[in-house]
Amino acid sequence: MLDIIIESGIKVALLIVVLLTACAYATWFERKIVAYMQHRIGPSYAVPFGLLQPLADGIKLAFKEDIVPDNVERVTYALAPVVSFVPAILTWAVIPLGPTVDIFGHQVTLALSDLNIGILYVFAITSLGVYGIVLAGWSSGSKYSLLGGIRSSAQMISYEVSYGLTIIGVILLANTLSLQELVAQQSSVLDWFVFRQPLGFILFVVCGIAETNRAPFDLAEAESELCAGFHTEYSSMRFSMFFIGEYANMFAVASVGTTLFFGGWQGPFVTTMPLIGLLWFALKVVAFMFFYIWLRATLPRFRYDQLMNFGWKVLLPLALVNIMVTAAIVML
Amino acid sequence: MKEILIALWNVVIMMPQGFYVTFKHLFRKPVTLDYPRKKNAMSPRYRGRHYLERYDDGTERCVCCGLCAAACPADAIYMEPEEAPGGERRARIYEINMLRCIFCGYCEEACPEEAIFLGQEYEFSDFTRNAFIWTKEQLLVTYPRKENPLKRLYRRVRKVYGITDRAA
Repeated sequence: MLDIIIESGIKVALLIVVLLTACAYATWFERKIVAYMQHRIGPSYAVPFGLLQPLADGIKLAFKEDIVPDNVERVTYALAPVVSFVPAILTWAVIPLGPTVDIFGHQVTLALSDLNIGILYVFAITSLGVYGIVLAGWSSGSKYSLLGGIRSSAQMISYEVSYGLTIIGVILLANTLSLQELVAQQSSVLDWFVFRQPLGFILFVVCGIAETNRAPFDLAEAESELCAGFHTEYSSMRFSMFFIGEYANMFAVASVGTTLFFGGWQGPFVTTMPLIGLLWFALKVVAFMFFYIWLRATLPRFRYDQLMNFGWKVLLPLALVNIMVTAAIVML
Repeated sequence: MKEILIALWNVVIMMPQGFYVTFKHLFRKPVTLDYPRKKNAMSPRYRGRHYLERYDDGTERCVCCGLCAAACPADAIYMEPEEAPGGERRARIYEINMLRCIFCGYCEEACPEEAIFLGQEYEFSDFTRNAFIWTKEQLLVTYPRKENPLKRLYRRVRKVYGITDRAA
């Protein structure tokens, strides 16, 4: 019993440290990539290639004054960043990061837990993230924040449905809800669910972006219209919690996408050297993140009615068609 | 149905084109200059800060005749003469107010001794207005001369005008 607690504790601590660092460096990665796509050079001052830029940003944010405007709902206002930050981290509890490895004679599974309803857990937890945004928008006592929060909630509700429906195709094919099982079923490249569920994959990516409020769907933030939307009134560490939460959410969606469609930690040499699974997993997630950033550098923001039309009239029917076709194939 | 078809068309046909464009540009050389650390090469005819030139033996070329000050449309140059140890005339005070100067280069044209030149440097920021009044010590080129960006320009000018060094 004790060794299980110690093992889990170590895994949790490691995961959180790695995840937060990864979130920080995702900002660096994004700024660099977008800069080069726009013929700029991006952060380059914090020593080599601006690699310490996330640290500098973190220090700056930590030392900023924490401004609380007069007409905010204090409790909700204080709670909202936490509410948007925590679910983003919680998602990682079930993501399989690698196979079972042998560390100092211990059989260690490179995942916090192998929940038999892993996917359901992931989708339940990611849906909670919207509360942070809505509460932040509502409690800030600012019209821009309120508009951002309302937009975000409408968007989340619209895309949550399709998001949930897209993975049903995968579940039908795999006949399991456990993420470990899903990864085990994609041991060779041809077994990856991207090739068996191409439409499902495209829908998943689109909904995933909308879920995390990223580039073409970043209506909730919309710098040019709502001056940052729901987090307009936030400053200092509260703001940075939203920021980390957003990136952690991106990582969560990227890792879920990797697990569902790209075979998770599966890759060459995994059977002989189990630890290399971590590397494959990280590579696939980084590729996913690169796609996110690439998308941000490519597409302009949707208009609000376009967003709604797209969600209800395009994504939802397509997701339903995808389920029907998959179900028919499975039946036959 | 129509909306679905349009969306599919956009996603499958149109968007990859956009993605291709941004990906292509990822590998282009950035146009941004890493400014304070790297600087653009200025045109050889660029008129930046002033230099007071010397002869090769280190004596100043400027004889404090006042023609540059007379030519200066911004009235930025002030000078007072004195007698050098060898009996030559030279400037005791030679000041250029860099806040007044418009970098027109008339001083350079007016100078009969080829003593004043406008160089390539263009960063003059400072904290007080007084710091912008540059004295003779700041304007004179160092002696012995470090490899300075004016050298080639100076030589070329001398060649064009057929000037030979007095001391040489």
